[in-house]
Amino acid sequence: MKEENKFTTISIPTPLAEKIKKRIKGTGFTSLSSYVTYVLREVLSGIEEEKEEAFSKEDEERVKDRLRSLGYLD
Amino acid sequence: MPAPHGGKLINKIIKKQMDTKGLTQFEINTNLSEDIINIANGVFSPLEGFLVENDFENVLNEKRLSDDTPWTIPIILDFNKEDINNIKEGDTILLTNKETGLQALIDIDEIYNYDKETLANKVYKTKKIDHPGVTNVYNMKEQLMGGKISLLKNKKRQYDEYNLTPKETRILFKGKGWREIVAFQTRNPPHIGHEYVQKTALTFVDGLFINPIIGKKKIGDFKDDVILKSYQTLMKHYYLKDRAVMSILRTSMKYAGPREAIHHAIMRKNYGCTHFIVGRDHAGVGNYYGPYDAHDIFNEFPDLRIIPVFFRSFSQCTKCGSVVNDKICPHDQEHHLNFSGKKIREILKEGKIPPEDMMRKEVAETILKYEHPFVE
Repeated sequence: MKEENKFTTISIPTPLAEKIKKRIKGTGFTSLSSYVTYVLREVLSGIEEEKEEAFSKEDEERVKDRLRSLGYLD
Repeated sequence: MPAPHGGKLINKIIKKQMDTKGLTQFEINTNLSEDIINIANGVFSPLEGFLVENDFENVLNEKRLSDDTPWTIPIILDFNKEDINNIKEGDTILLTNKETGLQALIDIDEIYNYDKETLANKVYKTKKIDHPGVTNVYNMKEQLMGGKISLLKNKKRQYDEYNLTPKETRILFKGKGWREIVAFQTRNPPHIGHEYVQKTALTFVDGLFINPIIGKKKIGDFKDDVILKSYQTLMKHYYLKDRAVMSILRTSMKYAGPREAIHHAIMRKNYGCTHFIVGRDHAGVGNYYGPYDAHDIFNEFPDLRIIPVFFRSFSQCTKCGSVVNDKICPHDQEHHLNFSGKKIREILKEGKIPPEDMMRKEVAETILKYEHPFVE
């Protein structure tokens, strides 16, 4: 990705931006953008990764047989 | 159980017979062939192949793939032009390795140049040649090829009975009824300090996944067989059968400290673990990284979705009469005996059993059954 396409601009209400600026003072966050990026990554990953991997019944039984033969499962 | 990293467990194993006649063949080293097997089995999910340039650059500069997924160690395939005649982007070639019996296809998306110094400096935070990871980088070939792989074949190998894939561990954990699983990575037989860390973490979750790294070792390291057998002994005598399992991971250590700690956590997330133990100077070597750099780096990844369990230093306190860490023991250093792997090794080299507050007698006896427990 070209350097100029790596970031985009979003708008947030000015009072919120001011609140964030106050909040990040003295923390490891170096800018409003780095804080917003952090929070969005956290929120989004929580939503995206709630889906657990599903295996077919057949697959699961085949794997369980191997696990039993190796002594991992009773 | 967490979803695999990037949301999907990758499976790049082709079961049907493929006609590979006429394909250009390229013999790769064992480490690269293990990377391919790890991609194919989903250990490196969401990678489906070796990094293309955009992802490579992004991993170096942002510690993320170009789609923003956390990824800290570049998984790359190096080659010299003279190794493979007339290959170009869009070609499919056959990758082989004698030791692993590997046969895999790569659909070459990109061929690109890279700068070894930049790669070393970004990943290892140093360009010094005495860093083993940097040495490996400087020994790499001159160009990289990126593209998706398909694993056609690999032969049965020693310890396959301890080698579970992420799909298998996920089904295993579910079968055991575990919802929260803590992973412990190791390269050594267990001493009392390791046991303390594992059991402390296990107290708060459902199961413990002991995941030794097996593979190329330095002279003086414990042999793979010794590590496996000593853990089996410990688990037999001191762990509940329904609370701990062990499976190996075949991958090379990079000694990339903090970056590698994230990589290790990602692999364990793919195995289905919810927690990952990170010790002092995790994956470090010499004095290249601060003792807790591998803890601090997790602050950069709110979207990692595996919980790091940080342990600082721990020792035997003669006053407390137990293993302690710096958060729970008020006594001075004079009462503390550190778990020195080096010291334990020296005692074992003399054929003696270390003190019981350092290593379980049964574990030491298992190690001493070997005439040559160390790599020579």
